[in-house]
Amino acid sequence: MSNNVSSANVRPSLKHRLAERGIDTSLLLIVPGLVFVIVLFVYPFLYGIGLSFQPVGGGIGLGSYTAFFSDPYQVGTIWKTLRLALPAALFNVIFSIPIGYALRGKFRGKRFMQTMLVIPISLGTVLVAQGLLLFLGRGGWLNRFLLLIHVTKSPIALVNNYWGVLFSLIITGFPFAFLLISSYLSGIDPSLESAAAIMGANGRQRFTRILLPLLAPGLATTFILTFVLAFSVFPSATLVGNPAGETRVMALAAYQAFAEKFDYSSASAIAIIMGLIELVVIGLVMLWRSTLYRGSTGGKG
Amino acid sequence: MSAMAFERIPASEGSPHKRRLVGTPGQWVIWGLVAIFFIFLAGIVVSVLVQSFATTWFTTWLPDGYTFSWYKDAWKQFQLGSVIRVTVQVALLVIALSVLLGVPASYVLARKSFPGKQLVFGLFLLPVMMPPITYGIPMATVLYKWGLGGTVWGVIAANLVPAVPFVIMTMTPFIEQINPSIESAARMSGAGTGSVFTRILAPMLVPGILASCVLVLVRTVGMFELTFLNSGPTSNTLVVKLYYAMNAAGIRAPQSVAAMAVVYMAMMLVILIVALRFVNPTQLVARIRDDNMG
Repeated sequence: MSNNVSSANVRPSLKHRLAERGIDTSLLLIVPGLVFVIVLFVYPFLYGIGLSFQPVGGGIGLGSYTAFFSDPYQVGTIWKTLRLALPAALFNVIFSIPIGYALRGKFRGKRFMQTMLVIPISLGTVLVAQGLLLFLGRGGWLNRFLLLIHVTKSPIALVNNYWGVLFSLIITGFPFAFLLISSYLSGIDPSLESAAAIMGANGRQRFTRILLPLLAPGLATTFILTFVLAFSVFPSATLVGNPAGETRVMALAAYQAFAEKFDYSSASAIAIIMGLIELVVIGLVMLWRSTLYRGSTGGKG
Repeated sequence: MSAMAFERIPASEGSPHKRRLVGTPGQWVIWGLVAIFFIFLAGIVVSVLVQSFATTWFTTWLPDGYTFSWYKDAWKQFQLGSVIRVTVQVALLVIALSVLLGVPASYVLARKSFPGKQLVFGLFLLPVMMPPITYGIPMATVLYKWGLGGTVWGVIAANLVPAVPFVIMTMTPFIEQINPSIESAARMSGAGTGSVFTRILAPMLVPGILASCVLVLVRTVGMFELTFLNSGPTSNTLVVKLYYAMNAAGIRAPQSVAAMAVVYMAMMLVILIVALRFVNPTQLVARIRDDNMG
């Protein structure tokens, strides 16, 4: 009893105790931002999940999902999307490594080159699609040039098919991957490489034994981000692809359900399937990444 | 001058990658690939530019003649005046609102530790990590249900979803590097939270806020998916209008679509030139800190 009283006397006020754990009135500053994210992101997302279990026919159930998976035309979009997104993301990451490596450090015109690389990203897929249609089209400059130097006898079909979309994914995705990988490369302390050189490692060994292991986590992150960008490809699939056939991607199927069939349940279901497939790929990459060296890279990064 | 040259010699000799005039075959391949990429890029931009000035252009290297009239035509046909007004209006409101919502939140995230902070941070990070189309469709459904779909406010709300987290991701590290003892000193001298914010922090935050404003500007003007899903006839931004015009190819003269594309390109370039004065090119692409990802 007495013990109780004394502890009550010593015990500071609730406000004080909360403040010690970091809860005080200044936390209110985060409330508007948090409410915003909950109302416009979390709630719609949960609503979408709920909606996907309420098929148009009525009732509650997996109707929208089974409809998607039982229709080969719809299920096919998964494969069509992966067939575009995986090669594009791999290409962008793999080619960014040697180019980023060759172009690291300071050189004249580096800032200019980086600026040029930002242009296709900020112009966006719609404008790139327009340019590709003209440049790679049957009468476009590239085909004219290939005909001129007798590489081909007739114009090659490079747009309105798979290749057009792949080109557009590379044009917008490569600079993105390159800039990210360059910034990861600049975060690796060059003295590590010098040390390896002193101990007699040649250029190839320095690259595969020192640089690549240090860069690998950054590569995983870059791959995920470029993959996610490519996976949700939408405008280029309709504009430079063949939206009724080989480039009918998942995003397009979701959009058609949403805006053309007004089937919000199926649209949400497709969006959620998209999200799940992305999560699987991201999870696999993360799993690989967790087996890698995760310590400091010693640089400024 | 000689002192500078003197200093540079040992530095370049000491670095493991000194530049030779004649590269290895590998380097030639790399430069070749870079060159091909830039040729494609130039081809894309110049094709659109030439097309927009062409009288007719079908089977020749260059058009038969040049004219400015497609710009006038595009301006009238696509109501570019009002489209650009909507685009600017959306961009400015998104910037203002995302700064108002994002900066106080990033202050708390940078300065405080509280239970559930990781969760809150993760919540703010999600909309940037997810592709817009995945959450855009459920969000558009909700916005239409609330009667905001198709309106300018619906477009603004949709664009705010990735913009607010983006401001938070740019501002949190920026605030972290400001010495907290400056605020403590102000508080000891009797300033309340309000005046610490307006008189002490705000002036120091201006560079960071400017950087996040231009980043949000570039993203909002270029944002296709979210705007496309939520816009109606009176609330299309330039990039969405361009998509509709291209998708309905054959109805409009291709040259006037190209002219609109050039207008969009010019607008984007102006924004980029302004943006790159404040931020570095990598920041325009993504702002990731590795510890947030893993």
